[in-house]
Amino acid sequence: MASQVKRADIIFAPYSEYPYKILGEALKKSPDDIIDALIKSGLRGRGGAGFPTGLKWKFAKKAQGDEKYVVCNADEGEPGTFKDRDILVKVPRKMLSGMGICAHVTGATKGFIYLRAEYDYLKDALQKEIDFFHQHCEKYGLDFHVEIKSGAGAYVVGEETALLNSAEGKRGEPRNKPPFPVTEGFLNKPTVVNNVETFVNAMMVCRIGAEEFAKYGMRGQKGSKLFSIAGDTPKPGVYELELGLTVEELVNEFGDGNTKAVQVGGVSGFCVPSAKFKEKTIGFPGKDDVNYIPTGGSIMLFNHTRSMYHVLENYLEFFEEESCGQCTPCRVGTQQLLKGIKAIKKGKKDPAYLDTLYKLAETMKITSKCGLGQSVANSFCSIVDEFKEEIIY
Amino acid sequence: MITLTINNTQVEVPEGTTILEAAKKIGVEIPTLCHHEDLCVAGNCRVCVVEIKGRPRLEASCATPAENGMEVFTHSAKVRNARNVITQLLLSEHAEECTLCYKNGNCELQNLAEEYYHDDEMFIDLAHEKEHHIDKSTALRYDPSKCIRCQRCVRTCAEIQGVNALSAAFKGKDMMITTFMEKTFGEVVCTNCGQCVVHCPTGALTERTYYDEIWEAIEDPDKHVVVNTAPSVRVALGEPFGLEPGTIVTGQMAAALRRLGFDSVLDTDFAADLTIIEEGNEFIQRLKKKFVDGEDVALPMITSCSPGWVKFIEHMYPDLLDHLSSCKSPQQMFGALAKTYYAEKKGIDPEKIVSVSIMPCTAKKFEANRPEMKSSGYQDIDAGLTTRELAKMIKQAGIDLTKLPEEDFDSIMGESSGAGVIFGATGGVMEAALRTVYEIITGREVPFRHLDIQPVRGLDGVKEATIKFENCKPEYSFLEGAEVKVAVAHGLRNARKIMDQIKEGKSPYLFVEIMACPGGCIGGGGQPIPTNDEIRMKRIEAIYREDAGKPIRKSHENPEIKQVYEEFLKEPLGEKSHKLLHTHYSKRNRY
Amino acid sequence: MPDTTKLIENLVEKYGKKRESLLPILKGIIEEERYLSEDRMLEVAKALDISGAEVYGTASFYSFLDLKPRGKHIIRVCKTIVCDMKGKNEVLKTIKDCLGINVGETTSDGTFTLLQTNCIGQCDHAPAMLIDGEVYNELNAEKVRNIIKEYKLNRQN
Repeated sequence: MASQVKRADIIFAPYSEYPYKILGEALKKSPDDIIDALIKSGLRGRGGAGFPTGLKWKFAKKAQGDEKYVVCNADEGEPGTFKDRDILVKVPRKMLSGMGICAHVTGATKGFIYLRAEYDYLKDALQKEIDFFHQHCEKYGLDFHVEIKSGAGAYVVGEETALLNSAEGKRGEPRNKPPFPVTEGFLNKPTVVNNVETFVNAMMVCRIGAEEFAKYGMRGQKGSKLFSIAGDTPKPGVYELELGLTVEELVNEFGDGNTKAVQVGGVSGFCVPSAKFKEKTIGFPGKDDVNYIPTGGSIMLFNHTRSMYHVLENYLEFFEEESCGQCTPCRVGTQQLLKGIKAIKKGKKDPAYLDTLYKLAETMKITSKCGLGQSVANSFCSIVDEFKEEIIY
Repeated sequence: MITLTINNTQVEVPEGTTILEAAKKIGVEIPTLCHHEDLCVAGNCRVCVVEIKGRPRLEASCATPAENGMEVFTHSAKVRNARNVITQLLLSEHAEECTLCYKNGNCELQNLAEEYYHDDEMFIDLAHEKEHHIDKSTALRYDPSKCIRCQRCVRTCAEIQGVNALSAAFKGKDMMITTFMEKTFGEVVCTNCGQCVVHCPTGALTERTYYDEIWEAIEDPDKHVVVNTAPSVRVALGEPFGLEPGTIVTGQMAAALRRLGFDSVLDTDFAADLTIIEEGNEFIQRLKKKFVDGEDVALPMITSCSPGWVKFIEHMYPDLLDHLSSCKSPQQMFGALAKTYYAEKKGIDPEKIVSVSIMPCTAKKFEANRPEMKSSGYQDIDAGLTTRELAKMIKQAGIDLTKLPEEDFDSIMGESSGAGVIFGATGGVMEAALRTVYEIITGREVPFRHLDIQPVRGLDGVKEATIKFENCKPEYSFLEGAEVKVAVAHGLRNARKIMDQIKEGKSPYLFVEIMACPGGCIGGGGQPIPTNDEIRMKRIEAIYREDAGKPIRKSHENPEIKQVYEEFLKEPLGEKSHKLLHTHYSKRNRY
Repeated sequence: MPDTTKLIENLVEKYGKKRESLLPILKGIIEEERYLSEDRMLEVAKALDISGAEVYGTASFYSFLDLKPRGKHIIRVCKTIVCDMKGKNEVLKTIKDCLGINVGETTSDGTFTLLQTNCIGQCDHAPAMLIDGEVYNELNAEKVRNIIKEYKLNRQN
């Protein structure tokens, strides 16, 4: 069967021009023109939440502040995600160009890359690249300094306000929003926080133009996206694909012929059973569109040898450890969900208790303080919906 | 202004108002746990979530600003269901032992559980899974199994006190509230001020109670149990009996103490007057040493009545201890005299005296147990009970405080002036001291209408006043024309402002009053719960009413004070005073 | 212990006395001493002029800031779903057998500590582990045995 996924080659495409040429050119454009191009390109944040990048930069540009910050979120902690790792290794200059362009647009003079502790081994090479980048900033007259801030092992710090707290030397607990980082971010200064891939994409919009960029994508989705493909697949790895493909297309390309379910978006994403492969599309949903699943790019395939109970148990163990613990629904809810399914499995709780847990998960979704607690229900409910028998018996 | 609707009622509020505040304005009570008006917004417990039309998720009303055109529903089915689940989650990690809990009947979680009653446990019990270590230090008690992680204590310790003895630690299922390395309060920078206790919504943080021991002493025929009551207790003790904050119950309190069986019902206010004599003279002596003798004396002199403050400076500014007045607090002056002067006058063997103080304070428990507080040859104060503990004893004795007649304190050491009374409010010690000091120096009354030194009163964090000394008595001519700047701070974070100035050598003051708790003792860590600024103000107003109603308003005019000097102490700062009424301080670890 | 006080001094000099320096300083101590002792945390509190509770509360939030004494080499085996599916248990068992310790324990000679960790971003090469921050992936029993052997032989000092 011919491949149904559309490969794209924007992110890792080799440079043919002098390093930081695009940055130099972009710095000559007006910030407003760059913002317009970003908005027109349809680029949305690649970390998973999907906020329109052009708008974010526009807000930060407008925000009042004697100092502004550009922050690159390289705290890639979502299980099943490793694409930022490849960007940091293979094309850090594109990412840094994106940060430089953002500094130019917003008026920020300082920036940092928050690198997760698990990627400490990438630090030295990245620092060399930053030094090289600074040489070019100087050459182009861009007053912008970037440093690396290292994480210390906490998944929740991937949430942007938790990241800011952690960068300030505090517990990585998410903040209340509003205020949003674009007005009160790092040290309460206006701050743009974008994912590693988003900066690369922003730079690519400047390179190939908004129209060209928007040509990528199917079914109304704009641009290409990196996918981290793992699990029961003969060819795990990082792939750049056009957005808007269906899960079925993905499984046909990457499955092992025995795929039972696909987890889209990591443990905080949705589990799609084979019966729904056709109807689920990967991309940003329009209003009330339940058939689109947004993702930071984590795709985990499970074949029929896998117990979905075991999968869910593993997820919940992850959540109860990685919740920051400050808000009730997430701190207590994650523990209760895990204890609950174990109790049902052991027959200590009635199967009907699963309904109570389902209700709990839905409450967590609407009452938790940040995206972590809110998204536990995504995997919990989608697995329970589709694999109820496996969970109970 | 912003217009929104809450439960279909229109309300107009200023920009920046939270939904919670807007709802309160129209009489809609949204339940809260982590919210406290003294503290910054946390948005942690999620009990206050509300539904906003057009938003799929519920929002924490304490943390969400009202917006124009918002349609808010505070008690819709969606909200009630969610709030119920959250309440049941909190109960699952909270050791539900209400009948064994000191806070039974005064617990915000209990109230919520009552509102969202569920006939069976909804979730699996988590509270009894982990091993919990209960910290029973001298002053405070912390039971982590009752903690709901709202972090009110953490914010109190940081924002109000600037001490940061408490922090959230670990994350996820292991997240807990604790001290450095999970040590006991006795081992860390804790000042024992008890503000965490006052702000705790459950029974996790309480004072260490001692009333059982007191009951035992009262019932022991061999013991002579003497009780003294701090100024601020009489304006707060009514609250646990349903009286309005700010109700003065001095007479009923004396009557209740007598009915509890105390052998002698005396007044800490007497010792407060005594403190003013000693401290006022110490201040004048320091001024003289500095400006006449050219000695290197530490100025400003800072008051030392508040044991939370004293421990704070020992930890945080150990190099500035010279600034502290060497005077003991009224409680400890009382204790030292109870087992010497009082014992002598009454012909009682001091060994048989049990000296109890009723305090608005938890740090007083620690103070009473300081090793240096044994100048009578015995432990000067055997136990310090909080206002809350006294209320409990009165209830245990089946006494309805509100129905009691007003009675007087016993003598000796039961008489006090208005100056002694105002010790209970922030600025009160300063005002009392100035009433006496000014008169010593000039021979005239302090030049404020009705003796009320208004600039040092009220709830501003740091207050200042300037007193000009004119037409001084000949022996104080060195002060002629001097404009003496004084300051008053309450809440230890405000104390830091004053102390940092002193540390930098930039302090313009000569005399400073510092109280550990916001509002002074009336807002102390041992006072009835809840406490907020509205309640603090009512108690303060009551304190000044009591002062205004007193026939004697100045410490040095208290006849019992004159008597104690004539018969026992001889002179201020004299030999006996030094032995019994003054103390020294120790440097402590800052971190 | 003059040389270790020097360690804090050097770290403070390098990163500064601001609160933002707390994590880099703590990580610097970990690099040298593998864990944060009570004394070190107090020294850091002093250097940054924050309370001990704040240092403890912050440090304990992060999985890589160990509060218990650890061996010279810290092995962190990924336990999250893909590594779990791809043979994490075999990896763990092999290490346990090689070193004679359980998860959370340190060998009696103080050389190795065995821990588990959440996703380390190596799912395409699962199962994987970190030893002192270095990545080892596509593990199987034999590979694990060789790695441990190599550490025992060549990284004694």
